[in-house]
Amino acid sequence: MREVFFYFFAALAVLSGLLVITRRNPLTAALYLVLAFFALAGVYVLMDAFFLAAVQVAVYAGAIMVLFLFVIMLLNLGPDDLPPIMTRRVRWLYAAASAALVLLFLGLDLGRRLPAPTPGAAGEVGAIAARLFGDYLLPFEITAVLLLVAIVGSVALAHRE
Amino acid sequence: MNLDHALIVSFLLFGTGIAGVLLRRNAIVVFMSIELMLNAVNLALVTFSRLRGDLDAQVLCFFVMAVAAAEAAIGLGLVIALFRRHASIDLDRATLLRS
Repeated sequence: MREVFFYFFAALAVLSGLLVITRRNPLTAALYLVLAFFALAGVYVLMDAFFLAAVQVAVYAGAIMVLFLFVIMLLNLGPDDLPPIMTRRVRWLYAAASAALVLLFLGLDLGRRLPAPTPGAAGEVGAIAARLFGDYLLPFEITAVLLLVAIVGSVALAHRE
Repeated sequence: MNLDHALIVSFLLFGTGIAGVLLRRNAIVVFMSIELMLNAVNLALVTFSRLRGDLDAQVLCFFVMAVAAAEAAIGLGLVIALFRRHASIDLDRATLLRS
């Protein structure tokens, strides 16, 4: 059952990613990107990274996507022209070449498989927080300063002269 | 669950992000592709965290997300500045650093 869900979310993530870079309309691309973020959050849950799944939904699918959609709305962006490599004729050739490359990659005997995962603690909030406020306290505080600098910087950049 | 397959998904997502950055000229789509690449790296980090059974990689993943949020704020500020200057966000038009 876990495998079924894993492959479902993985396929959803990869297909949404491909749709992000092939849509002409940036708004459609942004919505597919939200779908990819949610699919990855599902994959994180299946890998016992519960805290990261929650942060993925809150920060990526929430905050970052709101920023993207806000800018798309603000600039009133319409559909743009795709590069020649994504036009109808060449697209299939390119997709076929990419698929052949990926199948070659998957078909290669990669030799040593990854070892079975060692049973460790699940990445729940308490376990992550213990590290975050222990060994990684200084980087965590520096992150706060980084976010402040980013806010000031983006205001300075977008400031109307 | 087969962790090799999670790494392959990460590889495919990263490749998609690279293709988006290289092929598209729309600045917003390029930024979205960068976010896709960051997510692919996060997936690889979570996979390795699961493989080794320690959570340090997940803490690194958290920092990647925080930096991605900062980068998105700065990047979209840059996009707005670019739009003010050129009235479009086609990256091929942004060929000069001076005004």
